[in-house]
Amino acid sequence: MNALSRNQIAWRAAQDIADGSVVNLGIGMPVLTSNYIPKHIDVFLQSENGVLGVGPEAEEAQKDPNLVDAGSRRITLRPGASIVDSADSFAMIRGGHIDVTVLGAFEVAANGDLANWDSCVPDKGPLIGGAMDLAVGAKATWTLMQHNTKDGRARLLEVCSLPLTASNCVSRIYTDISVVEVAETGFVALELLAGVSADELRARTGASIAIGDDCKFLVVPDSVV
Amino acid sequence: MAIDKRMVSPSDAVADVKDGAVVMVSGFGGAGFPNIMLDALREQGLRDLTLVVNSATHVYSLTHTLIEAGQVAKVICTAARGRGEGLSPFEKLWRDGRIELECIPQGNFSERIRAGGAGIPAFYTPVGHGTDLAVGKEVREFGGRLCVLETAITGDLALVRGDRADPFGNVTFLYAQMNFGPAMASACSTTVAEVREALEEPMSHNEVQLPSVYVDRVVAVGGEP
Repeated sequence: MNALSRNQIAWRAAQDIADGSVVNLGIGMPVLTSNYIPKHIDVFLQSENGVLGVGPEAEEAQKDPNLVDAGSRRITLRPGASIVDSADSFAMIRGGHIDVTVLGAFEVAANGDLANWDSCVPDKGPLIGGAMDLAVGAKATWTLMQHNTKDGRARLLEVCSLPLTASNCVSRIYTDISVVEVAETGFVALELLAGVSADELRARTGASIAIGDDCKFLVVPDSVV
Repeated sequence: MAIDKRMVSPSDAVADVKDGAVVMVSGFGGAGFPNIMLDALREQGLRDLTLVVNSATHVYSLTHTLIEAGQVAKVICTAARGRGEGLSPFEKLWRDGRIELECIPQGNFSERIRAGGAGIPAFYTPVGHGTDLAVGKEVREFGGRLCVLETAITGDLALVRGDRADPFGNVTFLYAQMNFGPAMASACSTTVAEVREALEEPMSHNEVQLPSVYVDRVVAVGGEP
């Protein structure tokens, strides 16, 4: 099977969202997760700009410039939604009221350290946004990412090389070839794409990675492309 | 004399602002930018301003026109990266060392402003600990968690965008227009509320989202609800 697309990585993460939970989706790949939350479960999506209960992206006729999410997408509200100001929104985030935040990542270390705010591109300004607050404040932090950089370097590392967003916060990593748990002992592969051997996974990971006792094939339905 | 905070002219509402002022500007992702007031401030030709604004580079906010005009000495923000590969007006000035930047996590940003308006000079937070942003800051342990001391931010002028205001300065917001408005209004010695509609009569207390005590001037600018 080919390495997963962004949509397929997002689909896989969506399958692990618990019924009744409150979830914050970061901008970029994580926000795609909202398209794949199973129909039989009910979740509230929180957006850092104060929206609790983000609905589907707005159709052209519904678009209101005042109703946006963290990625500036024009959105709708779901039934039961509410809106607070930014100070209250981050009190909600920091106060441990968000069950899961799903974030993009440049690098994750074997102890759960996350680097996702500064890719150190010369002259481009920094962009922190709400990532540090979310990584520290949410009950669980999951990351969606490519397993390797475009030039083949590992992004799951012993120690992050880029500036940290937060230390010891990531518990689950979804990549284009695997689902990885960040355990007390370090990285543990829970699922692996068919055709990727344990040796290949180890070669493409920049830290020791165990193959879980119950490691399964990483499978995505054909309908998700 | 009956209190009436409504003013007709945007430029009159900022006529007493001085060079070197600390100016807070509301807005997030296209919602709640006080662009008419930002235009008036730019026309004033003030120098050495410090802007406290979520993004230094958002294309829909006229914040960047003040920066481009060389009127800004320092920006305190959470996002300073322009879209795409080219450099935004802010990034060019920053690269050339002509503008100072304090880029901070969005929850620390909103809480430092809220604290400024609430009479709290500083507070400890776990957000930012273990990152480059905590270097040189006081750290203390609470309940086994290492926290960083962050100081309040106050300002001279808040420009806040709302939907409606009554003569007393009570303000309502549309959807996610609220974002940083209430905290910024509380943290500045003078607050100008730019609203779509100024009401002749007091609004119901059930509607008020930003109470009159935080608002000094109201400027109605019209437009679609």
